[in-house]
Amino acid sequence: MNDRVMKSYRFREEREDEWANLDKIVTRAEKRGVRALSDEDMLALPRLYRQAISSLSVARSISLDQNVLAYLETLCARAYFFVYGTRASMSTRIAQFFRRDWPRAVSAAALPTLLSALCLFGGALLAFLLCLDDMEWFWTFHTGGDSRNPDASYEYLRSTLYTTDQSLADLLAAFAAQLFSHNSAIALFAFALGFCFGIPTAVLLVYNGVYLGSFYAVFWQKGLGAELTGWLLIHGVTELFAIVLAGAAGFMIGGAAAFPGKKSRMQSMRDTGNEAALVIMGAVLMLFIAALLEGFGRQLINSDVARYVIALASLGMWLVYFYWPRRSGET
Amino acid sequence: MAKRKPKDQAAAETRREALRRRDIRLREEVRQSKRIRPLITPEGAALNLKIATASERAGAFLLDFALLFMAVMMSVWLISLAFSEFGFRGWQIAGSISAVVVFVLRVFYFIFFEVGRKAATPGKRALGLRVAARGGGRLTANAVLARNFMRELEVFLPLTLLIMTAEDAVSNWIRLMAFCWTGVFVLFPLFNRDKLRVGDLIAGTIVIHAPKVKLQKDITSVSPLPAAKGFAFTTAELDAYGIHELHVLEDVLRQSTKEIKARVAERIRAKIGREKAPEESDLAFLEAYYGALRGRLEQRMLFGERKADKFDTGR
Repeated sequence: MNDRVMKSYRFREEREDEWANLDKIVTRAEKRGVRALSDEDMLALPRLYRQAISSLSVARSISLDQNVLAYLETLCARAYFFVYGTRASMSTRIAQFFRRDWPRAVSAAALPTLLSALCLFGGALLAFLLCLDDMEWFWTFHTGGDSRNPDASYEYLRSTLYTTDQSLADLLAAFAAQLFSHNSAIALFAFALGFCFGIPTAVLLVYNGVYLGSFYAVFWQKGLGAELTGWLLIHGVTELFAIVLAGAAGFMIGGAAAFPGKKSRMQSMRDTGNEAALVIMGAVLMLFIAALLEGFGRQLINSDVARYVIALASLGMWLVYFYWPRRSGET
Repeated sequence: MAKRKPKDQAAAETRREALRRRDIRLREEVRQSKRIRPLITPEGAALNLKIATASERAGAFLLDFALLFMAVMMSVWLISLAFSEFGFRGWQIAGSISAVVVFVLRVFYFIFFEVGRKAATPGKRALGLRVAARGGGRLTANAVLARNFMRELEVFLPLTLLIMTAEDAVSNWIRLMAFCWTGVFVLFPLFNRDKLRVGDLIAGTIVIHAPKVKLQKDITSVSPLPAAKGFAFTTAELDAYGIHELHVLEDVLRQSTKEIKARVAERIRAKIGREKAPEESDLAFLEAYYGALRGRLEQRMLFGERKADKFDTGR
């Protein structure tokens, strides 16, 4: 039998050059991005891509050459991912995240946010009231590790709220320590635990609220309530907001898993997951800012008034940024 | 029963062995075909995407983890070098800066590479893997973020939990609970069809195996086939084998040593009942037989007969 008559051979001979062309364009695009492509390449690409796709279906039915088939499968997949892949540059995406995606995702999640805030502050309020009633409660929530406990003196407690030493090294160290303090772990945990219908998220939020509330009661009882509030809120507004949002992201995932509605459970989790990811990404950024505020702001600023001003300003800023009504459909 | 001749018995033995191997092969084929996820492109053509196995994914992750670890070591070393070189004394500052650098590296290593053009980290690239959107849509930056924030919990949190010391009894319990919980995350890919991580589930992504393949020369295009004209095969000779054997022969021709080629040529000759001519080259024989067999099988395929392998009698 003359191999020149073989169908698969002629088929390949006729199209090989176009495959090679497409391969070249895709390889270049993968290496150096869309900008490396000339205008001719961009024009040729859709045509070459469609030809390769049709070559693939033909090859499947007539060719027994494994190499050709494997080659076409991967070439088509690569071209497909390129043709239908994302093209926005990193900077466009980042701008889009701040301008549109992040605030939209947060404001869309108002309900889980409220629920999450309720868990955290409800826990805090409960512990606060319990502790004011009877300080013994404090020891239920804390063990002796912290020196800021009900047995500490007024002077000692007061001294922990103001800093006198202000060397750069200390500030930076404080910043780094806050960055890795358990806050970011809590935030991420709150998100991950949401997976189990959101119940562990709620437990975690309440637990941390309780911790906060009992801590607050200690200072309150010694008459340091206002001072502690300033000390706490200068970064706490941002940090607590971030934790609430992380919890909200957890509740979103949990809600999607528990109540998928008309969608399939997979589809529902996937849709919500992408939104929740935006919220959690934002929460991580907020924690970063909170760490800056805590590491530098709180150590440098020892005036209660200034602390309150910063706290209120940051609260106002976040609220406006997230919930200010925006025109929809804008890109 | 009459006593069978030993030769017959040996032949039966060989045949049974061959059938057993075929069985194993077919099962392996079925297993492999389960990895295929057809994706219908907007043009209406089907792309067969192959999902990555759990072991491939684990391998890619370990590679990435090693790279990340080296990057962390490198940056810490550079920072400390800079501080000692320029006579800075603030080792505390150096410590804080490296902590921040490590944090940024850890969080953005995977995101940076997966948002990139190849949608794959260096480890994935090395193993021919890439991230794709499930169902064939666009892979968005949000999806990449989602899958990698979950990684924070699937991998880095259990690690932190291991290192962290407990502060009190309550945290100890939480730690234990968290540890069991993260165990669920780590083992999750083993228990679903698509080998999805929890991150993939949330993000709607899938990791596929699509290594780059080079287009090689068509074996039948070696022109003129060395002494190929000397060979003419009868239909009976060509019907001895099927598609599977053709593919094995292709592999032999493309990548095996001379000795193996000689052995294969010998077996084919024995099977089709041909004697080796005095000046005949094994390579030429194999190429000629490959060309003829492929032609024959393709021709039969045109008539809708796929002869899967030598055992396939077309029924």
